[in-house]
Order: sequence, then structure tokens, then C-alpha cells
Amino acid sequence: MNFPIYLDNNSTTPMDPRVLDVMLPFFNDKFGNAASRNHSFGWSAEEAVDYAREQVARLIGSTSKEVIFTSGATEANNLAIKGVYEMYGSRGNHMITVTTEHKAVLDACKKVEKMGGEVTYLSPNEDGLINLSDLEAAITDKTILITVMYGNNEIGVVQDIKSIAAIAKKNGILFHTDATQAVGKIPVDVMEDGIDLMSFTAHKMYGPKGVGALYVRRKNPRVKVTSQMDGGGHERGMRSGTLNVPGIVGFGKACELCQEEMADEAIRLSAMRDRLEKELLTIEEAYVNGNAEHRLPHVANISFKFVEGEGLMMGTKDIAVSSGSACTSASLEPSYVLKSLGLDDELAHSSLRFGLGRFSTDEEVDFAIDHVKQAVEKLREMSPLWEMFKEGIDLKTIEWAEH
Amino acid sequence: MAYSEKVIDHYQNPRNIGTLNKESKDVGTGLVGAPECGDVMRLQIEVDDSTGVIKDAKFKTFGCGSAIASSSLATEWLKGKSVNDAMKIDNMEIVEELALPPVKIHCSVLAEDAIKMAINDYRVKQGLEPIEDDKKHY
Repeated sequence: MNFPIYLDNNSTTPMDPRVLDVMLPFFNDKFGNAASRNHSFGWSAEEAVDYAREQVARLIGSTSKEVIFTSGATEANNLAIKGVYEMYGSRGNHMITVTTEHKAVLDACKKVEKMGGEVTYLSPNEDGLINLSDLEAAITDKTILITVMYGNNEIGVVQDIKSIAAIAKKNGILFHTDATQAVGKIPVDVMEDGIDLMSFTAHKMYGPKGVGALYVRRKNPRVKVTSQMDGGGHERGMRSGTLNVPGIVGFGKACELCQEEMADEAIRLSAMRDRLEKELLTIEEAYVNGNAEHRLPHVANISFKFVEGEGLMMGTKDIAVSSGSACTSASLEPSYVLKSLGLDDELAHSSLRFGLGRFSTDEEVDFAIDHVKQAVEKLREMSPLWEMFKEGIDLKTIEWAEH
Repeated sequence: MAYSEKVIDHYQNPRNIGTLNKESKDVGTGLVGAPECGDVMRLQIEVDDSTGVIKDAKFKTFGCGSAIASSSLATEWLKGKSVNDAMKIDNMEIVEELALPPVKIHCSVLAEDAIKMAINDYRVKQGLEPIEDDKKHY
């Protein structure tokens, strides 16, 4: 085993060596600009991009023309949300999203509000899923876009995308989903799911960083977004800028590999995740955050009450995980996603997120289980809250000397 | 952000974890921070009545590595000090000793406040006035 063990695959994934192999020639021999129409350097780059575009399209069930390459999911989210607002402003100015979305969606929505739009932020249930009735109730005759993420980055909860898309369609509203964590991990099909716009990125599925895509539907309905980057009119005029050919080639290969291996990988990873979770839940006062049934196969978010997440991560330095505690940030605010579920700040501060991946092994998971158990035990021994809990003191009755 | 070696040392080998009898007249307890802020520090001192010297100090902390290290260091410094000298411990001394980065300064502030709260708890038990400190944060 190599230490530290990487269990943070929701933040990024290592590149699959097979992806790197196909990318390498495009850094040197085949360095051409895909937009150069006059010589073979350009033609071979264009051909490689076309091929990759097909690989990407095949994974999500779209046509290749509907794939707009971007620098990543953040840019794709921005392009979708602001691009729809600008393109369809004459039809209405209202959008609907959820408080547990990624910042790239929430902050793009904030921008829309600044530009004069109105946004409704739905609160999810305790388990992270939204109520479809809340969504329907939020729709007005001014609503032009519903944007709800496919699988959540912190807790892995998978929304009922098909039903949400159906509600949007019934009301003549466009539906965008940030599927960054879902594409390549679970079957995502824009036709079957009824998605109009979808953001995703290569580096969450064993591809390179710096390349992603926005799926933009071309039929029933034909969707257009106003470009947020002006220039040479690349990507059907929706995203100017010289194409990142090696990145796109790698993205394509990553998609192809996911398509071939996703089904088996999901079975393997969910079994591994379930084992990790079951073992860690044998720790007293440990809780799973988010819906355990409608969830990405590789994610587990667990709160260990009475220990603080950052302190816990320091005690588990042989594994790389992420915490909902934000002791390092100036605000001291714990994860807004966990807080949106109605979790006490205390539980939000006590959470760890485990993200398994293609290269995770059983041996690594065994190590992580022991490592976390020991760290929780050690930290509880030094936790005044744990001592109070054990003495039967209700922490809510204490008047804390807050800072 | 990387932790300093001293923070790591205190985190891995915390000094003086534990609990003193908070009902005892010779023991002063300071409990600062709040669970929802992600930091709770409890610091206790046991004072020798005749000399006014702190003969034992214990802590328990819920928080990040810097919070744990700040309180562990504080107990080390408190032992053997007179109550009056202990009152003079400044959070910036903790910041310097542990090389805490700016975002972790609040951990040292908590430790200083916990020390002062413990001393005042002791003083009140002894029938003395608590010492008002304009620098206090809690």
C-alpha cells in the first residue's frame, strides 16, 4: 500500500494510465490547432476532437453535435445558467435551484439575481432529496430554468432526475443538471432522463483536469445559450477559444473507459463502500449523512459525534479524505450542504467524506476502517463533549462561552 | 496548510489530558468555545493553597489540531506557575511557540480565555473577587 491512501475521489480522481497514453501524442507530434482547416496538423487535431466528441456523446446518450467542450464543470454551469438567462430573458427571468448545489451553480444563480433575475432556492429534506411538490409550487409563469444537480458532491445523494425533468417539460421550462459527480459513475442518459442541459467534467472520471463539457439539446426542444466567452466562434458559437486537444482526447478516452467499466465498477465500489460504512457505524454515535438508498455508489459521508472533523483528519493522516468542518476558513462555518439537511452545526463539524474510486482496494479500505476507528477513539478521550455525553449531560442545556 | 512540528507533537502526544474534580475548592475550571463553532476547550488547574502555585493542570479539547495543541501547551506552561503569573499568559506567546498561522490564532485566544476562566473559577471558590480582564473574549 502507498501512503497516504487516496479516498477523496469526489474532489478529483487520478488519471487512468490508459487515458494518459492516448493524450501524449497531442502534446508534441500532433500539436495542431483543431480549427486550422488548411493543413494536415489541423486536420488530425480536428479528427481527434471529433472522435473524442463521439466518445463523450455515447456515454451520455446524446449526439456529438450536442457536446460543447469547456474548461470544466464550473464553466459549463456558468454557461448553462447565465447563458440561458441571457438567451431566454424575453420569456421570463425566474430560475429554480436547490440550496445543496455546488458553488458553481449557486454563485452563477447569484450573478443572475444581480443581473435582474429571480431565483428560488429549494431546501431539501433531511436526507438531501427535494420534494417534487416543492418544485412544482415554486414554478411561475416567469420560470425559464430549473437546475438541480444529479448526484451531490458531499453526500452522494442522487435526485429523482427523471421526474424533475418531466415536471420541467410539462411546464415548458428548460432543465439543467450539474452531473459532475454522476457521469461515468452511474448510467446517465440525456434522452431517457429528459435533460436539456448538462454539465460534467473529465477529472472526476479518471480523465485530465481542465476539460469538461456542457450538453446542449438540439431537438425537442432546440436549446441555445448565449456564449460567455467571445472570440472565434468555436463550439457552435457557444464557447470560443482554441480547443484543448490533448485534454479533449483524454476526456473522450475517459468516457469510453467509464462506459465499458462503469457497471462492474459500481458493483465493486458500492460493496466496498457498504463495508466501510457498516464497519464505521459500529462506532458509537456515528451517523450517515444523506439518503443511503438513492446515492452514488462510491460515496459515504459519516459524522462521528463529539469529535471535530479537522482534528479527526489530522489523526487520520495516512488517508486522504475531506471534512464538512471548515475550521480553516475564516468563517468557521461548517459545510452548507450538511447544514441544509438540517444537521446541527456540531454534527456538520464532525463529518468525514469518503470517496472511493477505480483504484481503491479492499486492503486500503481495511486500513482506513482501523485508522478511523483508532483516531475517533483517541480524540474522544480528549473531547470534553464526549465526557459530558457519557456523564449524561445534555449539551444543549449548557451555556457556551461562544467566541 | 501544513501544521508546525510542535503542533503535530502536541497533537500526537498531548500533555495532561484528563479531568480534575471540579467540585474541589482547590480546582478551577474554564470551559470556553461552543460545539457549533467547532471548538470547545476545557482547562482545569489545581492550586496549592499555601503557596498559590498551580500544582496540576488538565485539559480536554474538541477541535482541530491547533486547538488541541494550544490547550496541551497551556497545561504544560501552567504547572509550577503561580496563579498570578498564569494570569499573564498571553495568547500571542502560544501563537509564537506553536507557529500558528493567522487562521488558527483563535485557538490560542481560546486557550488564554480558558486559563483566565479557570483562574477566576478558582478565585471565586476561594472567596476572592474574579479578576476583570479587558482583554477577555468570552
